[in-house]
Amino acid sequence: MFDWLERQAPKLVLAPSFAAMLLFVYGFIGWTAWVSLTKSRLLPKYEIDGFGQYERLFNAPRWDVAIENLAIFGILFIGVSMALGLLLAILLDQRIRAEGALRTIYLYPMALSMIVTGTAWKWILNPGLGIEAMVKGWGFDTFTFGWLVDPDMAIYTVVIAGVWQASGFVMALFLAGLRSVDSEIIKAAQVDGIPTTRIYTAIIIPSMAPIFLSAFIVLAHLAIKSFDLVIALTGGGPGYATDLPATYMYAMAFSRGDLGQAASSAMIMMMIVFAVVVPYLYSELRTRK
Amino acid sequence: MRKLNVLAASSAMSLVAGALIAGAAAAEPQVEVLHWWTSGGEAKSVAVLQQEFSERGGTWTDMPVAGGGGDAAMTALRARVLSGNAPTAVQLKGPAIQEWYEEGVLSDISDVAEAQGWAGVLPEAIAAHMKCDGAWCAAPVNVHRVDWIWANAKVLEDAGIEMPTTWDEFNAAAEKLQGMGVVPLAHGGQAWQDATLFEVVVLSLGGPEFYRSALVDLDPEALKSDQMKAVFEQMRTLRGFVDDNFSGREWNLATAMVINGEAGFQIMGDWAKGEFVAAGKTPGEDFLCASAPGAGFLYNVDSFAMFEVSGDDKIAGQKLLAELIMGPTFQETFNLNKGSIPARTDVSLEKFDSCAATSSQEMAQSAEGGSLLPSYAHGMALRGAQAGAITDVVTAHFNSEMSADEAVQMLADAVANSM
Repeated sequence: MFDWLERQAPKLVLAPSFAAMLLFVYGFIGWTAWVSLTKSRLLPKYEIDGFGQYERLFNAPRWDVAIENLAIFGILFIGVSMALGLLLAILLDQRIRAEGALRTIYLYPMALSMIVTGTAWKWILNPGLGIEAMVKGWGFDTFTFGWLVDPDMAIYTVVIAGVWQASGFVMALFLAGLRSVDSEIIKAAQVDGIPTTRIYTAIIIPSMAPIFLSAFIVLAHLAIKSFDLVIALTGGGPGYATDLPATYMYAMAFSRGDLGQAASSAMIMMMIVFAVVVPYLYSELRTRK
Repeated sequence: MRKLNVLAASSAMSLVAGALIAGAAAAEPQVEVLHWWTSGGEAKSVAVLQQEFSERGGTWTDMPVAGGGGDAAMTALRARVLSGNAPTAVQLKGPAIQEWYEEGVLSDISDVAEAQGWAGVLPEAIAAHMKCDGAWCAAPVNVHRVDWIWANAKVLEDAGIEMPTTWDEFNAAAEKLQGMGVVPLAHGGQAWQDATLFEVVVLSLGGPEFYRSALVDLDPEALKSDQMKAVFEQMRTLRGFVDDNFSGREWNLATAMVINGEAGFQIMGDWAKGEFVAAGKTPGEDFLCASAPGAGFLYNVDSFAMFEVSGDDKIAGQKLLAELIMGPTFQETFNLNKGSIPARTDVSLEKFDSCAATSSQEMAQSAEGGSLLPSYAHGMALRGAQAGAITDVVTAHFNSEMSADEAVQMLADAVANSM
């Protein structure tokens, strides 16, 4: 009896959390998928109606803007954060003084919530309060920096705030990666008289490939589920120029009483996440074998 | 004896403080009220109702859910209804009342309405919003008028301009102000504010008939008409009168610009009056109010919808609440606090200011002329999905270089897609 319990203990301990996850994650994914196929408005209805909600979704110009913004934001946010993070990590890796303090300073933005980041950047970028007003105050009367209120440029302000927040975190990841490269190889390369840039491009960075992948996955899911930053920084505006799929879904579900539409947009968002994560999982699982 | 004392003490307490007493006598009226009136004047207004209710021996359970202009409260309501435990009364307005009725969760308060003669004291257009399939299911609290133009009297005087009575006059006045370095139109770049501006222009330029066919009946012909193009062109002109820094600005900050004389005009509902009054300004002297050019009256009526509840105490509470909401005393005190006018037409307006008197007079006129119209931007004319689709187009046009031709096409497509 005791032996049996001992053998089953891990399963028993894991069972509640497994059941909870099955219900609260996969159960509700299924529920959302179901609702996305119905004509639900204010309250969920359960008669299947086909793909009408998806048709409406793809006919909505606002959804097109949201997807386009996700592409712009996602690519720039991930790209710039990784480039900047790598650069900062390499610079910090030069055995400089006060490295610990600097590292903490760069990592600190990650400790802030996106709402705080968004609100602070809203003030910094506001033409009447922030950078533009300051430079004008110095006497450069013709200076303008109105990205925040320009519908074509507003999405880039979201990128700026996002990069400011995330690049320190990416730097910390990369710094750990740089430190984990076998110093013997680097020393051998230095003895052979190979220039430092070459050491980085040919030895250190290639051996950090797994770190790049992790950083990419973390940033990609941050980008896709990004919501609070946009709400705090631009409120989706001007107009709906900075809408992202998550803010679109929120508007449909909670402001407009259009649950079916919200559910279908949520399903599309999930598919985008899968498109990013599944190849990663696949490669991970395959290499383990 | 002892028991009696306790009872007396507890009812005295409820009289004085409006406190909640659990486990009181069975037939005592009970209500649970879900609302989002939590800020200053609004909270005070609800407290009036709460006090009246407890004076009549009822127990009031307050359920204020603030945030998101009612979005948070609606989410709470949905959860309560789905779990089969709806609040007694919920702050709801416009077609949302009928939308909830179609879910089969509203109750019938026709006996109260008939006993109190509601039909005789409410304008017909407003009474229609309170009925579900012919039966009364909601009680109106107030009437906000949306199509107001507010102005700083001193700024207008310095510029030598009068309150405009046509859009041509408005545009000329605005250009003059712009020349003087004053922002002609104070506006906040939030979607609902853009929509407010838009509906005022639709009514004012196109007239009541056009407003009804475009924004109430959603007639595709009207949505794509030349008249609608003219509306979008006027919106483009108005965009030129707004300062560059307007994105995301709250409406009350825009009102503050008019109060301080930084801006000349604001087009906003009569809740803006509260800001002027709170700043110590007098209507007619420091600031001016005028209805937008042309005939018509756009209303935004707050109301409480009554949800299906079981138990005698709750049903009694619901009926008492409905009676009190429509009672002349509450209608007067509430609206004096809120800046709106009573929904009942037989309440004396002695204590109200000149803007409210104009509002009430023009409401009566418009009701007769058939131009008393529901505001689309404030959820009185259309359901959420359709209103949202129109707002998307309006705000996209206002915040970009889109042409009027493109805008009307987008408008017709968006409305069709939202059905």
